[in-house]
Formats: sequence, C-alpha cells, structure tokens
Amino acid sequence: MNNLDAERLYKTAGIEEALNDPQTAHLTISHDKVVSSRSLPGLEVIAKEIKDGVDIKIVLNEGIVIKNPVHMCFGMLKKEGIQRILLDIDIKRKAAISVLAHCIFPDAVKVQHIMDGKIKVGEGASYLYFEKHIHAETGGVEVYPKARVFLSDKARFKTEFELLKGRVGKIFIDYETTCLKESVMEMTARISGRGDDIINIKESGLLEGEGSRGVLTSRVAVRENARAEVFNKLIATAPYARGHVDCKEIVQDKATASAVPIVEVKNPKAHITHEAAIGSVDSKQLQTLMSRGLSEEEAVETIIKGLLS
Amino acid sequence: MGILEIKNLSLSLSGNDILHNISLEFTEGHIHAIIGPNGAGKSTLAFTVMGLEGYKNFEGDILLDGRSIKNMPVDGRAKAGITLGWQEPARYEGLSVKEFMRASAKDKSDKAIKEALIKVALDPAVYLKRAVDKTLSGGERKKVELASILVMMPRVVMLDEPDSGIDVASLKNIFETIRLLKKGGSTVILITHSLTVLDEAEDAFLICHGRLVEKGSGRKMRHYFKGRCLPCNHQNEPGETEGE
Repeated sequence: MNNLDAERLYKTAGIEEALNDPQTAHLTISHDKVVSSRSLPGLEVIAKEIKDGVDIKIVLNEGIVIKNPVHMCFGMLKKEGIQRILLDIDIKRKAAISVLAHCIFPDAVKVQHIMDGKIKVGEGASYLYFEKHIHAETGGVEVYPKARVFLSDKARFKTEFELLKGRVGKIFIDYETTCLKESVMEMTARISGRGDDIINIKESGLLEGEGSRGVLTSRVAVRENARAEVFNKLIATAPYARGHVDCKEIVQDKATASAVPIVEVKNPKAHITHEAAIGSVDSKQLQTLMSRGLSEEEAVETIIKGLLS
Repeated sequence: MGILEIKNLSLSLSGNDILHNISLEFTEGHIHAIIGPNGAGKSTLAFTVMGLEGYKNFEGDILLDGRSIKNMPVDGRAKAGITLGWQEPARYEGLSVKEFMRASAKDKSDKAIKEALIKVALDPAVYLKRAVDKTLSGGERKKVELASILVMMPRVVMLDEPDSGIDVASLKNIFETIRLLKKGGSTVILITHSLTVLDEAEDAFLICHGRLVEKGSGRKMRHYFKGRCLPCNHQNEPGETEGE
C-alpha cells in the first residue's frame, strides 16, 4: 500500500475533501493495513492489524455528539485476496454519531470482503450508518456483511446498505437488531444485480421493548441471470411495539427474485405490517414514461433508478 | 384535414365491443372535449389513440397529419407529438419531480422545469426534490403531471378527467394550464363528463356507449349534454331521442 493507492481509494469514493478536513474523523483501511485515521475528542478508535484484515474497536463516550459524519473507507486494490473487518462499536449513553462507509473493490477478480460487526447503542444514543459499495465490473467480489446490533432504551439505529455501482458478484447480508424500550431501528438495503450476481439479504429485528419501533426495507433490481433472495423477519414481543417490513424487487430478463417476510407478534398490543412486490416494472409507470417519449429501455432504467435511489 | 383524425375506429376488449365505428377530427390548436357519461368509452378511446398496451388491436385508423400511426409504439407516437395526461397519474417511488419532468422535457434546463412548475402553481423550492410518490396529494400529483406535459410541449395532448381530485382553487390553475398549452400551439383534447371542463372547449364530441352521438361547438354540446344526457336514464345505451 502506498499513498497513490490511498488516493485512488479516496478518489473512487469521492471523499478526498472530507478526509482533509481536520474536523472530520476518518479511518482508511486497504486490505489488512490501516492507511490513515483521524479521531476527535470523545471518539476512541483502536485499529489492530490481523491476518487478512483489521480488528477495530470504536467507542463514542457518553454525551459526545459528533457533528460531521465519520468517514470509513475499506478497500482492496488487489485482484485477489480476503479482507476481514472485525468491528466492535460501542456508542455510550446520549452520544450521537453518523458514519459514511465506502467499500471499494475496483479491480477485484476474486476478492472476499468479510465484515463482522457488534454494535451496541446506549440509552438515548444515536448511531447512523450508511455503507456504499463500489465494485469491479468483473463480478469477482464476494461480500459477507454481518452485524449484531443491540439498542438500549430510547436508542436509535439507522443503517442503509447500497450496492449500485459495478457488479455485485455475491453478497450475503446478515443483520440482526434487538430493540429495547422506545428504541427505533431502520434497516434498508438497496442493491442492483446483473450477470450471474447472487444477492441474499437476511435482516431481522426483535422488538422486545415496550414502544419500540422497527422498519426493514429492501429495494432490489435484478436483470440478466441474477438471483435475489430476501428474508425479512420482524418479531414483536412487547406492548405498543410497532414494525413494518417493506420489500420491492424488480425482475428483468431471466433474473429471479424471491421474498420471504416473516412477521410475528407475541403481544396483543403490538402491531406489525408487511408489504412485498416482486415482478416487472409497473405497467402504468412504464406506459406513462413512454407516452412522454422515453423508449421502453429508458423508461425501465428511470423507474429502477428511482426505486433504488 | 385535422391534425388528428380517428377513422371508423372499433375496438373490442375481452370479447366486449367497446368502441363502435367512431370517426372524429381534431382541429390544430383548438381545445376539444370528448364528453360522455362514465363507461361511455372516452378513456378507452384516449388509450387507443396513445397506443397503450392492450389497446392496439382495433379496426379503422388513426392519422396524425394525414399519416397513419396505427403501427407506431407508444414512444413513437409521443415522439411524433402525442401525449396523455392520466386521470389518476402513476406514482414513482424515489423518482423526484425534477427527474420525472426532465424525462419528458424538450428543454431539460432547470430554468425550464422551474418555470413549468410555477405555471401550475407549484413552488419549485418545495417540489423539485420531492418524490412523485404517494406522499403527493391527488391534486399535487395532477399538477406535476400537467407540468411534465408543459415541458414536453406536445402537438396533441389528451387530458383524461383533468378535474378529478382537484379542489376549486386548483381547478383554476388547471384551466389556466390548459389555455397555456393552447397558447403554446398544442391541440388539447379534454376527456370529461363535467360541464365545467366542457366549458373550456371550443369543440366537443359526445360519446355514449362507445358511439359518437353528436358533435358541435362547446356551447352547443353543453346545452345538449345538460338537457338530454344528464337527465337520461339509458345508462350508456343511447336511445333514438338522444340523437334527434
């Protein structure tokens, strides 16, 4: 790893400006090396290089509110290899932070990116995590993001996973969140697959605190021979818990998609809803755009772009 | 020769005869109305002119500038200058008003898009970035639909029930937009069962049970529709008295 490699990662992610800002914390990892980092008062980041990856411990101290989003950049410029990221995040009581993570594999031919996260969000604290993937056009990436999230009373957790640039390759998302009293969880995944990409999303939430709320949202578009499977599970065991599962998948060409929503209510005062729509683009949407002069292909692109935005 | 001519058009859907040998001619730059009760076949006629999926297999012909568009796909007809404003416009998750309008705009500049929004009484600062989704009210969505047609500057625009879901104040904006379309050179065809909308039209065609019953000036057809059709209990089955 050299500075030129780091610069390429930043440029690909479009985060050069943010990384030069002294008021913005960041952590950049290329394969198994910590390339650069900046912390801020109240935010402790310990990154330890391990075989094929980095073990990261992040603590945000009680009451600390980080104004600017923290940038994380995990990348690998090699064509082959494994990158393993172990993340242990502890957001203390009434602290707040948002993180923008870029995972970049521009030249991957046979790369595995494994993320194993443990996240604890303290009472009244807030953790927002946006993860954007940029992959090679070869489809040679396998991604395994896994997270176990625990929300204390009145905590807030929001995560968005986006993989729209380059080929997916294979992705297996596995997120689980447990919500205590009056905590709020939102988990969203937006993925576009083609070629022989495989997309597998497993998101689950356990609403075990009174008045806790959770939303699981999946937006997937597959074309050519890609395959997508979405398993969303939301369980409410406490009174006044509220949840919603929302899955939309657009299927083109010979691609296939499935959705398995599981909603379970174990308290008569709890309420969970779900909706799923799988198939081609909506005919009325399509014909409206065509009646404005877009070709069928352009209209489909416009609809998918909107759905995944 | 009118800009748009419908010649002896008949259409069946699922084995039911919906349109019967209809012939209409639309004068360039005029505001026309196709009026008739619910279920008369007005929207079906508009969908057929637009060439929508499921409305392609008809007898007769449709001519634009004297040339048949019968075998043209929807986007081909739109590129030739025909478009349709839907009674209940489609909603798009994640697609912003700006992107939606830009998709159809001839002039794709921000300036042109903002100007069109202002013309339909929508504040660009509020609406440009909003999604064309279920968070828009029916009236807002209808105005966005009209704005997207304004930026397209079509030669022929069919507006299906332009007043449905619109409050009184907004209806004024809708009518102003219709006049703007005419002023810009568009031929406007209002599909309606409303006398208020009919009042905007210079010429009108009355359709009942898939048949052309009468045609004439907007004023004449208002008198006819109000006097004969509104009290009529034939339920889309025109009797001999109606054609008298």
